[in-house]
Amino acid sequence: MSATTQSPTASESRTPSGAARLLGDRRLPVAVTALLFLLMYGVGLSRYQNYGFGEPQVFLNLFIDNGYLLVAAVGVTFVILSGGIDLSVGSMIGFTTMFTAWLVERQGLPLLLVIPMALGVGALGGFLMGYVIHNFEIQPFIVTLAGLFLFRGLCLVISKESISISDSSVSSMAQAQVSLGMGFLSIGAIVSLVVLAVAFYVLHYTRFGRRVYAIGGNEQSAMLMGLPQGGTKIAVYTVSGFCSALAGLLFTLYIQSGDPLHATGMELDAIAAVVIGGTLLTGGSGYVLGTLFGVLVLGLIKSIIQFEGTLSSWWTKIATGVLLCAFILVQRFMTTRKKT
Amino acid sequence: MTTSSTTSSRWRALTHHHLFWPVAVLVLLLLVNVPFTPDFFSIKMADGHLYGSLVSIVLFGSPLILVAVGMTLVIATGGIDLSVGAVVAITGALACSYISDQSDQGALAGVLLAMGLGLLAAVVCGLWNGFLVARMGIQPIIATLIIMVAGRGVAQLITDGQIITINSEPYKLIGGGYWLTLPFSIFVVAAVVAVTVVLTRRTALGLLVEAVGGNAEASRLVGIRSRRIKIMVYAFCALCAGIAGLMISSNTSAADGNNAGLWIELDAILAVVIGGTSLLGGRFSVGGTVVGALVIQTLTTTIYTIGVPTQTNLVFKAAVVIVVCLLQSPKFRAKVFGARFGAGSGAKGSGKPAAAPADPTAASEAAPKMEVS
Repeated sequence: MSATTQSPTASESRTPSGAARLLGDRRLPVAVTALLFLLMYGVGLSRYQNYGFGEPQVFLNLFIDNGYLLVAAVGVTFVILSGGIDLSVGSMIGFTTMFTAWLVERQGLPLLLVIPMALGVGALGGFLMGYVIHNFEIQPFIVTLAGLFLFRGLCLVISKESISISDSSVSSMAQAQVSLGMGFLSIGAIVSLVVLAVAFYVLHYTRFGRRVYAIGGNEQSAMLMGLPQGGTKIAVYTVSGFCSALAGLLFTLYIQSGDPLHATGMELDAIAAVVIGGTLLTGGSGYVLGTLFGVLVLGLIKSIIQFEGTLSSWWTKIATGVLLCAFILVQRFMTTRKKT
Repeated sequence: MTTSSTTSSRWRALTHHHLFWPVAVLVLLLLVNVPFTPDFFSIKMADGHLYGSLVSIVLFGSPLILVAVGMTLVIATGGIDLSVGAVVAITGALACSYISDQSDQGALAGVLLAMGLGLLAAVVCGLWNGFLVARMGIQPIIATLIIMVAGRGVAQLITDGQIITINSEPYKLIGGGYWLTLPFSIFVVAAVVAVTVVLTRRTALGLLVEAVGGNAEASRLVGIRSRRIKIMVYAFCALCAGIAGLMISSNTSAADGNNAGLWIELDAILAVVIGGTSLLGGRFSVGGTVVGALVIQTLTTTIYTIGVPTQTNLVFKAAVVIVVCLLQSPKFRAKVFGARFGAGSGAKGSGKPAAAPADPTAASEAAPKMEVS
């Protein structure tokens, strides 16, 4: 985890106060989010223990119910670490569900053939957006906004109505359970954890990961140092597109249908998860593990609201917004402290 | 030889006017309709109201124009406001739920109070955004993301998750009524646009906004209260969104916390970009934005009239965004049209690259990291 924190440790060793050192540590936001998760889990335990909140399966369900969000958020983490933003995530997920459902149900293609096609389309979409962003110097915000419109539109072009999937391979895959002794995980949850592990390795132990951090930290310096910033930037959006498509596939498994309105606004959930996970939106600082905790916190809000029963779903949005606000303010205070 | 050079210089002056391309696109789009609807430009009088495609474009485009005008000023300060859609929903929800609680829904005093309440809530949202951006120094895209996420929840909380329908004649006027044979909303939009233009172009306010957008720190050092300007601009943008929210809920006589104003922030940003305002801040054109919003609305109408399936609407919109942005990118023009044309059109595009080499911190605040040279 400390692989990328070489620069702060040098300056921190000179600061005498332990408190100052703690506040300056880049890992603090992740720790705060993890702590928040534990606190919320504790509150849930004390309130709903009699309703079975303490069962391990409730915890594992967080991964089952939010696996697709985790995969999407991991992709967004790459983009945000590089200093960009990707608004096309939700549309890409929706498009993948439509694309998969249409090919499997209407065209009768086998699922094993459709999966690589969907992933390819996602990666290609991300690549094209990255290409335009880098080569024509248009803001990522606008280019990915165009991507948002385009993929949502393509969903509707495929079909205006939702397509439910009755294919046996899909349903058997969706219902497959991987037993862990104390509970089980779905295939989607396993895939999302694998993606997380790969992203962790790539970001913290490979040259590509270091380039992503360098470009997000200071693009001009990275360029002057001779880093291939164009290739890295395009790669980052390709990764995000690929992750979105994969998230779309997981979502298709989870919901077993394709719908042109699936995952509307999920890019914001993904961005919120990344921010709550302590990644700086200006880029260059953050951990993909934080994103995991961000997703878990968002998922826990949802399941607590489910257990509460009386609360309605809009409280999820309000709670997410309040948390987002709190974490942004925490980030803000930490970055100003670092500067002074 | 001299005459040809003067006509070419006049032509160049015309094509280099900042409104030329947006207006050209708008006219082109309008003309596309003629072969499909021969009486597209005709305006008929019926029931004492004017009817016609042009009138309905303006009528249905009114909320978007309002939101986009507010957005223009925010973008001019180098910011962006993603929360306008949620503000639209909150305003409509508050106003409608207040009216639905009245025993006499048609009472003018109650309706005015409801509108006041809605607009007050909108301004509070705007002040909160401005506070986060100007006082706390948070990137605008993130600061406004908070209300974008939470705001719809608040709107649903107000309406209790239901779609509140009301039956109030005076309230119906704002978004669906007619006055002096024209839709009333056209007058509202005209008033807001006029006030904005007068405030920004007849007073120093517009200059100050551009100065803040060009370089917030430098403008603060020369004595402009850049923070106060930013807060004002966000409040104004939210107020415009609030009026649009009243209009939308009035037109449908219903408040829908979930769907009112959905995606309007993106359409508004698109309108601003089509209108030629740089997303980097420091320069803006209210007129361009109005034209941009009309382009988007005309595009939607055109898609309906020429019989293209409506679901491709979004694909068309995406194509327009990409084309407009590519044309605005100096690098794209240089690559595609060659170095000579790229250099020649430098004057036209100067608004965009000129803002780029400003203070990198100010620029990166506007949008993440695009000021690479």
